[in-house]
Order: sequence, then C-alpha cells, then structure tokens
Amino acid sequence: MILELLFSGLVNGAIYALIALGFMIIYSATGVINFAQGEFVMVGAMLTAWLAGRGWPLLLVLPLALAGATLTGILTERFTIRPAREASPLTLIIITIGVSILLKGVAMLLWGKEPLPASPFWAGPPLSFFKAALPRQGLLVLGTSALVFVVVAAFFRYTLWGKAMRACAYNRFGARILGINLSGLTCLAFGISAALSGLAGTVIAPLVFASYDMGTMLGLKGFSAAVFGGLGSAGGALLGGFILGILEALAAGYLSSAYKDAIAFILLLVVLFLRPEGLLSPEKMEKL
Amino acid sequence: MLREYLKLGALALLVLAAFLGLHNEYLFNVLTMVGLQVLVVIGLSLLMGYAGQVSLGHAAFYGLGAYVSAILSVRYGVSPLWGLLGAQGLTLLLAFLVGLPTLRLRGHYLALATLGLGVIVEIFFKEAVGLTGGPSGLVGIPPFTVGSLAFLSFHQTFLLTWSLVLLALVVSLHLIHSPWGRALLALHDSEPALRSLGYSIHRLKMGVFLFSVALATLAGSLYAHFVTFISPYSFTFLHSIEFVTMVVVGGIASLWGAVTGAVFLALLPELLTRFEDYEVAIFGIILIMVMIYSPEGLIAGLEKRIWPYVRSWFTGIPFYGSGPKRSER
Repeated sequence: MILELLFSGLVNGAIYALIALGFMIIYSATGVINFAQGEFVMVGAMLTAWLAGRGWPLLLVLPLALAGATLTGILTERFTIRPAREASPLTLIIITIGVSILLKGVAMLLWGKEPLPASPFWAGPPLSFFKAALPRQGLLVLGTSALVFVVVAAFFRYTLWGKAMRACAYNRFGARILGINLSGLTCLAFGISAALSGLAGTVIAPLVFASYDMGTMLGLKGFSAAVFGGLGSAGGALLGGFILGILEALAAGYLSSAYKDAIAFILLLVVLFLRPEGLLSPEKMEKL
Repeated sequence: MLREYLKLGALALLVLAAFLGLHNEYLFNVLTMVGLQVLVVIGLSLLMGYAGQVSLGHAAFYGLGAYVSAILSVRYGVSPLWGLLGAQGLTLLLAFLVGLPTLRLRGHYLALATLGLGVIVEIFFKEAVGLTGGPSGLVGIPPFTVGSLAFLSFHQTFLLTWSLVLLALVVSLHLIHSPWGRALLALHDSEPALRSLGYSIHRLKMGVFLFSVALATLAGSLYAHFVTFISPYSFTFLHSIEFVTMVVVGGIASLWGAVTGAVFLALLPELLTRFEDYEVAIFGIILIMVMIYSPEGLIAGLEKRIWPYVRSWFTGIPFYGSGPKRSER
C-alpha cells in the first residue's frame, strides 16, 4: 500500500513540478505570477482528450496538443501582456486572471461542460513491482517529466537564450543593458512555460477526466509547489512539486481523502510562516 | 473633505430615490447584492490602495461571515446580531494570525497567505458536512433581526445594506483624511520617513487589514440572513479574485473608483446574461481590455479620455470654461 501511495504521489508530484516550473519561468522573465497557468494545462488536456476521442492517432494528437498549448501561451503574451508591458505587476497579474477567465469561457463554448475521457497512451494491466500495482500511464508520466526536466535544465545552463533568461531573472535592467531582447525573451518564456504546462495536461488527460474548469485547482497547487520551492529556482520547483505530491498521496491514504486538496495550501501557509523565502532559496527575507 | 461629503450626499440621494421610486422586487434584490459586494470592496480598496497589500482570500472572510452567522443561528439558536458579532470575532482572530507573520515581510506575502487560507476555508465549507451542510449548503437561515426590528422585505434589506455602505464610506473617508490615513499614503513613498515619525508600519498595515476583514465578514453575515440559503459555491477562490478585480478595475488608489468598479462588475453578469454561454468569455475580454487600455482604472480612464471631450461642449457657453469657443476650434 505504501509503495502504491508513494508511486501515485510521485506521479502527481511530477505534474505539480511541471506546472511549478511553468510558473517559475514566467515569474523569472517578467516578475508576473501567471494565473492562467492552470488554463494552459487545461488546453493541453482538452486537446488531447478531444482529438484522441475523434480517433486520431496518438503520434498526431500529442504534438498537436502541445503545439496548441504553446500557441495559447504565445498568443497570451503577444495580445495581452505585451500591449500592457509598461503597467505595474499587479495590473499584469489581473490581466492573466482575465486570460484565465477567457480561456475557461472559450473552452466551455468549444467543448461543453461535460468532462472528456481519454484512453491511456500505454494500454495494458498495471505492472507489478514488489507486489505493488503501478499503472502504466503513471510510469509514462514519470518518464516524460524526467526527460523534460533534463532538457529544461540543459536549456537554462547551456543555451544562449537560457542564459539570457537567467540573467533576466537576476536583474532585468542589467540584462537589458547587455543587449538582451526582453520582448522576445518574454514571448519565449510564455511559450516554454505553456508548453510545459500543456505537456502536464496531455499526460494526465487519461488519468483524470479533462474538463474546462480543471485548470484552477491544478494551477493553484502548482503555484503552491512553486512558492514552496522558492519561486526562483528550477530545483525548488521540482522539489516543491514532488514533496506536495507525496504528502498529498499519504494524506489521502492515511488521513482523509476529503481534505487532501487542502494539503497544498496548508503547506503554503506553513512555508510562508516559517521560511517565506522558500525551501531552497539561500537569501534571508527582509523584515519590516 | 467637503467634496467627499458632496459625493456622499449624492450617493445618499441616489439610494433614497431608488428606495422610493423603484417597485421591482427583482431589482431591489440585485441592488442589495451589489451593495453587499460594495461593502467588501470598500475594505479591500483601503487595503490595496492605501496599505499596498493584496488579499486573495476575501471571499473566504465573506463566506466565514455567512457560515458562522448561519450556523450559530440555525444550529444553536443564537440571535442574528450575536451571530454577526461571533463571526466578527472568529474572522478577526483568523486574519490576525495570518497577518502577524506575513505583514512583517516586504512584498506580497499577505496575498499568498490569504490565497492559501481562502482555499482551505473553501474546502472546509464543502467537506465539513456535519457543520456546514457540505456541497448542498445550509438552508432555513432566519431573516436578520435587531431586537424586534426584522428585515424581511427586499425594500428593508436594500435600505439596511446601502445605509451600511454609506456608513462604511464615511468611516473610510475619515480614515483616509486622518493622520493615520496620511501615514498610510506615505507608506508608498518613504518607509524610513514614516518610521522616523514614530509610526509602526506593521501595525498600520494590520489595522487596515483587520478593518477590511471586518467589513467583508459583516457583508457575509448579512448575505446569509438576507438570502436564507448559502452554499460553498458562493465563496470560492474565483470570488476572491472577483473582489480584487473590482478594486483594480475601479482604480486602485481611489475609494470612489473602487465603489464604481464594484457596481459595474457586479451588474455586468446581469447585463451579460442575455449572451448566456458567451458570458464568461466576454467577462474575460472586458477585464483584459480595461486593464490594457486603462490600467489606472475605469473612472480615471474615462476622466482622461471622455472628460476633455465633454468639457469642450461647454466651452462656448459664456462664463463657463476658458477654452476656445466651439466655432473657433
């Protein structure tokens, strides 16, 4: 039982970590907390469930769903963030809230209010491992996210754009003086972030039913994971996501499944009270 | 202050005119609900515009006001007025505990903590079935009574709500224009200067936060007694977001702007219902548009764009305005 709980915690944790990574990337590049992040997940999941439901082959569905989510992110940046780029962070945050409401509304119009099911990408009975049954889709989720994390880490470490993004996170003004194209960078950040969240949506579509309003809770939990990890580092997002996933699974297994959704937010409060700079962040907070 | 009182007087006249002139039950109900939201937004506007802090959990305080009042009166037979006070006690304590560590930090940590608290409270409303009735809600809440005075009809609840709105506005405006309020404004410019004058920034922020929570709770308690049925779906994270949106759309640094924003956004869904399923998407588009084209808020934006135009119409009138005559333009 404990093994199965841990496994399901890891799978959910990988999803939260992907979403947290998305929050972190946009926050680093723009200083904006993107409240439409959960809706990017929803777009990925809905496209997957909808296209797969029409009998399209997976090899076509997955790239299309990812492309759809990425495009949503890029359009969001071009049409809502860019025209208001001189505005205060609070205004930009409210704009992302507007985007989240708009995306939800459009999704409801396109696909209706009924949740869409999707069949697992990797069909078959669960694999057994030390007598624990591990669903194949879960393994797929873990494998995909591990791969993605390696790619993202490499991107930030070795490519020019990745380095530019880190520079920007460290000091926006300084980055600009060095000739970094902030507008392009912001667009790229939204694209990558939406792609990661879209991927999260794509791989969990078979595990949960995809519905137009699934994004809110997922987004908030991913956000909690990001704050837990410190909002500034990819490692923190990863750690925050996995800790949240595992604690949630254990709480659902041993305490009460009714309150499992509250775990993320209790964790958020605890971290804010005890270590507001986040788990992995070395700097101390400035107190008033 | 005189200008503020003129505006207050105008609003009071408007309320009185509506009370005497309207005969539509439905309209009274809508306006009462709008008034309750205005009450929440007045407090939130002080918090955001003057203390520079955001709460992403005000719907939870609104909801706690409603649930505590409802549970006390339905399950324990407490009179509405005492229930209302009980709700105040609980939410103020909760707000104090959340504010204590987070208001000491520079940055928007209160926003994160209230977000967390808000979602936890929302889940609690849904899951503590024995106490709150769970997802199906709580029914049979008695109407609001003070002593032998009962607020039963839509007329009465309308008048009570908007009188409280006016009262809250008077108190808030006096706060803004008091030394305390000026200190809050100085918070935006120079904290060291404020400190050297002997103000405790932490306490100032806490004071405003508690005041805004008290208003939200009051509105929630009244809501429960007016509607007599509450369910967790009225107090979600999205409602918290809606309150913040009302403040920002109205104009973050202006109390009157926030009131206008609240009225505008509270009435918008009523106006958009004819679009049915398109309502949500249109709401999103309007929100984005206002924020892009008029980030200083609806009122300030209108003032900047429309007002010069309107004034130009009056410049030809003798003794009015000093601009060029219409024929010369």
